Amino acid sequence: MDQSNNKTENSTRTRSHLISRRVDRIFLEIHRVFAFNVRFFKEVFFPPYEFKEIIKQCYEVGVRSLPLISITGFIIGIVFTNQSRPSLQDFGATSLLPALISVAIIRAIGPLVTAIIAAGRVGSSIGAELGSMRVTEQIDAMEVSATNPFKFLVVSRVLATTFMIPALTMYTTLVSLLGGYLNVHQVEQTTIVTFFNQVFDAITFLDIIAASVKSVLFGYTIGMVGCYKGFYSSKGTEGVGKAANTSVVTAMFLLFIEELLVMQVINAIRGM
Amino acid sequence: MTEKELNPNIDRSQKVIFIRGLKKAFDDNVILRGVDMDLYKGENLVVLGRSGTGKSVLIKIISGLLTADAGEVNVLGEDVCCITPKEMDKLRLKIGFSFQNSALYDSMTVKENLEFPLVRHAKDMTQAERDKLIDVVLEAVGLRNAINQMPSELSGGQRKRIGIARTLILRPDIMLYDEPTAGLDPITCIEINNLINEVQRRFNTSSIIITHDLTCARAVGDRLVMLLDGEFKREGTFEEVFATDDERVQAFYNYNFSE
Ligand SMILES: Nc1ncnc2c1ncn2[C@@H]1O[C@H](COP(=O)(O)OP(=O)(O)OP(=O)(O)O)[C@@H](O)[C@H]1O
Ligand SMILES: [Mg+2]
Repeated sequence: MDQSNNKTENSTRTRSHLISRRVDRIFLEIHRVFAFNVRFFKEVFFPPYEFKEIIKQCYEVGVRSLPLISITGFIIGIVFTNQSRPSLQDFGATSLLPALISVAIIRAIGPLVTAIIAAGRVGSSIGAELGSMRVTEQIDAMEVSATNPFKFLVVSRVLATTFMIPALTMYTTLVSLLGGYLNVHQVEQTTIVTFFNQVFDAITFLDIIAASVKSVLFGYTIGMVGCYKGFYSSKGTEGVGKAANTSVVTAMFLLFIEELLVMQVINAIRGM
Repeated sequence: MTEKELNPNIDRSQKVIFIRGLKKAFDDNVILRGVDMDLYKGENLVVLGRSGTGKSVLIKIISGLLTADAGEVNVLGEDVCCITPKEMDKLRLKIGFSFQNSALYDSMTVKENLEFPLVRHAKDMTQAERDKLIDVVLEAVGLRNAINQMPSELSGGQRKRIGIARTLILRPDIMLYDEPTAGLDPITCIEINNLINEVQRRFNTSSIIITHDLTCARAVGDRLVMLLDGEFKREGTFEEVFATDDERVQAFYNYNFSE
């Protein structure tokens, strides 16, 4: 009698615990993500400002990404142009090639490629850096020296990615277009003036706005995800690796979702 | 092994830290079950205890990195559970926390590490004054020539000393040392012990020193307490703490001196 009573009590306790713990954890996580974002907007506007750290991070995010992004952007421009040519040739419409490149690169490829490369390069390094600072108690050390680690580490990095990813996007777009031009010039002997005239004729102001909004959003996402994963990294070296890894995976996932959403919104605006 | 002579400057009428009935658990893992502790002005208090008994947790609660589940924790007249973040920051400037693994900022040089608290909390200082102060603390820890090195280029003992220097630079009233001698060779240990005593003498700081190194405990402690089962079980001078039949206390002693 006593025993069975004990058993049911135990089993109900473990069962309810399991469910509530799991559900609890999901809600806690959602709350924490939300609070993290809110805290960013609270702290970004109030002094003290960590200008030096912001500049340093901008350099880290922007300038240090240039080599990789230059090569990637340029090659994508060439390859994309080259691979698109046959389908236009079928209709004898290769003269439309610059317009096609323009729309594809400015609207979609430029922002997305930049963001994906930045997620891999910058997102993972932010995640790993903050993760290892958490694990080796450097974040605690900042806190006990009465310095706000959120402001010093998170705000500066998120600002850096939010500013620099749009700048990098512009750069990638330009380099890709140059790659495209090179290929078109080689095959169709188009001059650079004609090429860029066609490029700019093909796009609208809305395209530029959409690309800018998108890349700001991408930049914010990459910085935020890296910082969040690093800041709340679990203990141990394993935690650091996990923070770096999940930063990239989560950021990329969110980037594609955002791309899709922005596309829908822009299409809706265009349809108006 | 050097016995420490009692510091004459200890002021028993003034408690800088006052803890009563402190409890802390992580989920079902109960760590502290009711700790009572006093730290007097100018005193070096050594906290002994086996690995995992919650020594680090205790000083993290004192510095506000963790929150207590129950009990009163009063530091320099402020109740750390109930003060605003602003007041907490003010209080933290008076507490120096030397971490178990130094926690130097990896991405900064030694100089930048030391400057980090200064540029934020001693804003009216000129660069020359800062440089002077950095020189003074580096001198105190005996590492003047490491000023431009990165933490990764330093040995464990050197990192520990820079970590102590970084906490000393704001002249805290209370120093919390988390295992200052763990993993160091005996000679470096003696240097660190001397440093701790020197800090106490020179700046009249009150300190909590966490350790399981009894040589260190004996060399720096004015008073010792031992954390057992989540409470302070033994208290007194080195001899008083170990004058007991409690097997765990004896084991602690024997292990330390059998090597
Ligand atoms: N943030 C935390 N979350 C969950 N559990 C924790 C946390 N911090 C500490 N603990 C647990 O508290 C216990 C005591 O940890 P603590 O770091 O205080 O030990 P310690 O006495 O300092 O040991 P050591 O001498 O090895 O440093 C450990 O069992 C640890 O698992
Ligand atoms: Mg510890």
